[in-house]
Amino acid sequence: MTQTTPDAPVRRQRAQIKVRTLRTDRWWLAPLLTFLALSAFLVYGVWAIIDGSYYFDPYIAPFSSPCLTTSCAEGARLFGWAPIGDWYTLPPGLLILGLPGGFRLTCYYYRKSYYRSFWLSPPACAVQEPHGKYSGETRFPLIMQNIHRYFFYAAIVIGAILSYDAILAVIHKPLGLGSWVLIANAVLIVAYTLSCHSCRHITAGRLNHFSRHPLRYRAWTFVSKLNAKHQPLAWASMFSVMGADLYVRLVAKGIIAFPYA
Amino acid sequence: MSYKAKFKVWRGEGGEGKLEDFTVEVNEGEVVLDIIHRLQATQAPDLAVRWNCKAGKCGSCSMEINGKPRLGCMTRMSTFTEDETITVTPMRTFPVIKDLVTDVSFNYEKAREIPSFTPPAGVRPGEYRMKQVDVERSQEFRKCIECFMCNNICHVIRDHEENKPAFAGPRFLMRIAELDMHPYDVADRQESAQEEHGLGYCNITKCCTEVCPEHIKITDNALIPMKERVADRKYDPIVWLGNKIFKRAK
Repeated sequence: MTQTTPDAPVRRQRAQIKVRTLRTDRWWLAPLLTFLALSAFLVYGVWAIIDGSYYFDPYIAPFSSPCLTTSCAEGARLFGWAPIGDWYTLPPGLLILGLPGGFRLTCYYYRKSYYRSFWLSPPACAVQEPHGKYSGETRFPLIMQNIHRYFFYAAIVIGAILSYDAILAVIHKPLGLGSWVLIANAVLIVAYTLSCHSCRHITAGRLNHFSRHPLRYRAWTFVSKLNAKHQPLAWASMFSVMGADLYVRLVAKGIIAFPYA
Repeated sequence: MSYKAKFKVWRGEGGEGKLEDFTVEVNEGEVVLDIIHRLQATQAPDLAVRWNCKAGKCGSCSMEINGKPRLGCMTRMSTFTEDETITVTPMRTFPVIKDLVTDVSFNYEKAREIPSFTPPAGVRPGEYRMKQVDVERSQEFRKCIECFMCNNICHVIRDHEENKPAFAGPRFLMRIAELDMHPYDVADRQESAQEEHGLGYCNITKCCTEVCPEHIKITDNALIPMKERVADRKYDPIVWLGNKIFKRAK
């Protein structure tokens, strides 16, 4: 074997291993399942926005709440309001889709999941990505991920509205399964929203002196505990909002019609 | 109970080399580094491997075992089946000196680029007064043993050698976060984190956290908080305006 000096070109090379990875476990399984689950969510979301059966008194499907147009059924309107008026003829869910959608799209956890499963950057740890160049979130469009906090503010409002919808449903139909489906969904949505990394930063993460802000520090401690569960809450709330939405639509269509539905 | 295990070990100098097959004895309770040492003692006396404490605290024996960055001294042989072939290669992101030993000087160059702890003018060592809650966040990052497995696995430089000049890697972005969160550090870390040390390259896929042998939550507790601080500084007009008007105390 030839000897090399620190300046020799060969000394500056990595090990020339030709395969993309030497991992022997099923590293492809997690990105594949993530790809399938997120794709299912997207397909369902498109269908739900187009579908007109979003209200069955007192239930309103989460994908269509708040309903802000005059085309919304009287009971489906938020506080009886229809601020958009009758000129708007597209599905009402389209108006608000961008807010929770943007919150999830720019979420630090979802970014990890779709960068891995859709963009393969990287598909898994220690598995070579297929792209020739990489600039990450340094330039447009991905630099826009930095506006996540604004979607967080909007998500707080959406979470409050979904909670209001669920509480109204329980008040009007306490024995209805749908009321409790909406309550479970609202709890998971609010927990996911509060566990957000931007929320953690806003409560006190931006401070360097926790001791000068004891209340904010307590809030940060609480949010930090939730934040540790951000990934499972992201999945749980995604499935719950899909499940609750589908449930209400099936009730509205008469497909689910048992006495306490 | 002993058995004979099949190993493939990277042998070569610089980038040139190949995987060589070995069959070697394994005894109960042993770790991969023990087997590498047995190979040196019995079959390959010139096999190069960097090691020191054998207790997972010095960060010397970083290597890739079955494709995953691991500490050789902390990877138990009992985690593999007896009929499994175990592949051991050097860290893929850094140049190879010989066999399993890599040249990690990239990391020391990046460390030197970060200005050291900068206390306020007029405050001398011995005069710092801090409450525990103010420093415990950054104390987590002090657990780092500098095994550089996080920098090794980060795809930003692992898969893109050309990004090395612009990207400090998770280990040193964590160091910047540690200093930025320090109640007595007054240097401007946020602007330099983004512009000079490449924080924007991180797409938070969390591989650094997955491989950290000290279980430091690098992504959640250092990189994302640092990204949020940079967003405060560069991308959030409301925070910028608030800071101008109210001169918020940190």
